Amino acid sequence: MHQWDFASVLDNTDALAVGALGTLRIFAICLVAGLSFGLVVGLGRYSQRRVFYWPATAFVEFFRNTPVLVQIIWFYFALPILMPFSISPLAAASLGISLNSAAFSAEIYRGGIQSIDRGQWDGARALGMSFLQAMRRIILPQALKRMTPALTNRAIEIFKMSTLASAVAYVELLQQAKLIASLNFNPIEAYTAVAVIFFVFLWPLVQLTYVLERRLARDE
Amino acid sequence: MTILKVSGLSKSFGGNDVIRGIDLDVAKGERIAVLGASGSGKSTLLRCLNFMEMPDAGTITLDGKVVGRREAELTLVRQRIGMVFQQFNLFPHMTALGNVMEGLRTVRRMNKADAQARAERELARVGLADKAAHYPAHLSGGQKQRVAIARALAMDPELLLFDEPTSALDPELVGEVLGVIRSLAEEGRTMLLVTHELGFAYHVATRVIFLADGTIHEQGTPDEVLKHPKKERTQAFLARHKEFSL
Repeated sequence: MHQWDFASVLDNTDALAVGALGTLRIFAICLVAGLSFGLVVGLGRYSQRRVFYWPATAFVEFFRNTPVLVQIIWFYFALPILMPFSISPLAAASLGISLNSAAFSAEIYRGGIQSIDRGQWDGARALGMSFLQAMRRIILPQALKRMTPALTNRAIEIFKMSTLASAVAYVELLQQAKLIASLNFNPIEAYTAVAVIFFVFLWPLVQLTYVLERRLARDE
Repeated sequence: MTILKVSGLSKSFGGNDVIRGIDLDVAKGERIAVLGASGSGKSTLLRCLNFMEMPDAGTITLDGKVVGRREAELTLVRQRIGMVFQQFNLFPHMTALGNVMEGLRTVRRMNKADAQARAERELARVGLADKAAHYPAHLSGGQKQRVAIARALAMDPELLLFDEPTSALDPELVGEVLGVIRSLAEEGRTMLLVTHELGFAYHVATRVIFLADGTIHEQGTPDEVLKHPKKERTQAFLARHKEFSL
């Protein structure tokens, strides 16, 4: 029978706090970069012009069909061989996770924009709005509202994907747990602690998405 | 004075010729009612006039200047031609006031105070000053359409296009919208109106155009076309419309 020893984890709260900060940092970077670049790619996917549509489509297909872990490792270990510069663990992991999130959120944006009634475009264009004005003032505000639950799900995915950064030794929660486990020989407690910390962060966020979904359903 | 000149206008959708070579001059102050059976091309004709649909052939001349096909030019043309739709197409995420201000703010870049004052005037004109803060979801169909008219009027258009403005309304709400359109007519505004309200066309229009198979089949004064139609198809159309009238 295993003797649970969480004291050895609690002794390392400082290390876990550093890890949690690292997790939050990469989460913030990837959330902003992934979801905003995703909007650009999504607009490309929505466009009827080939110069926008084809590159956006190629991007989405490539990053949806390759594993994020492979991308992160590739950016960290392979890219510096091809390029005359090295790349930090944070940059490599952020690139991989952001590009992957951009590919997935692009499809959410495209679907959301397409779901808006054509009459809304008519109303906007009849006033003399350009494509971008109509998109910014009329279409996106309505589409974003509909997309909120799906985008929040993306955010949760990004939060969890941040652990992949440990593969290139970026200091985040899982990486710190590995360190604690190897120094104290307590892998069960260390990794359990990480799971619990993630749950404590994410559970309220998930509850919030349920509230959002219900509220949006009521407004429609 | 001709403000809009259409010549040789054609439009097809997937091999189906909806508009076949229409010529039309619209003089300032004219009120043209466009009639025709479903599928005769009425709405498409109207939508080509402000390039909501891109014509396949023909030219449209606005104030003596042929309109090109560049998007930047088309947005300028659309600012000068107001359009009111069958389904209102109000922006549901904005109040009535916000809807009317939107073109002034985003397109005309008017400052907020001026745009608001202007929008309030337009809402008052259509009798909805007290609904300024309401969202479209909380307005009746007739009120929505009046907001849509105010939204078009705020841009000070030289020409107003009405695409079946009362067809989506419950019968008891038709009157309030037609009343607003009539008051615009009395101000001498230039307008094209696609409608099934023959009585309204008779009393308000200065000219009636009957479309069939994408061409102007017959046109003239309301009296000529609606009371004494010469062509057989016009007569048949009017007979069908009068079948169940009192």
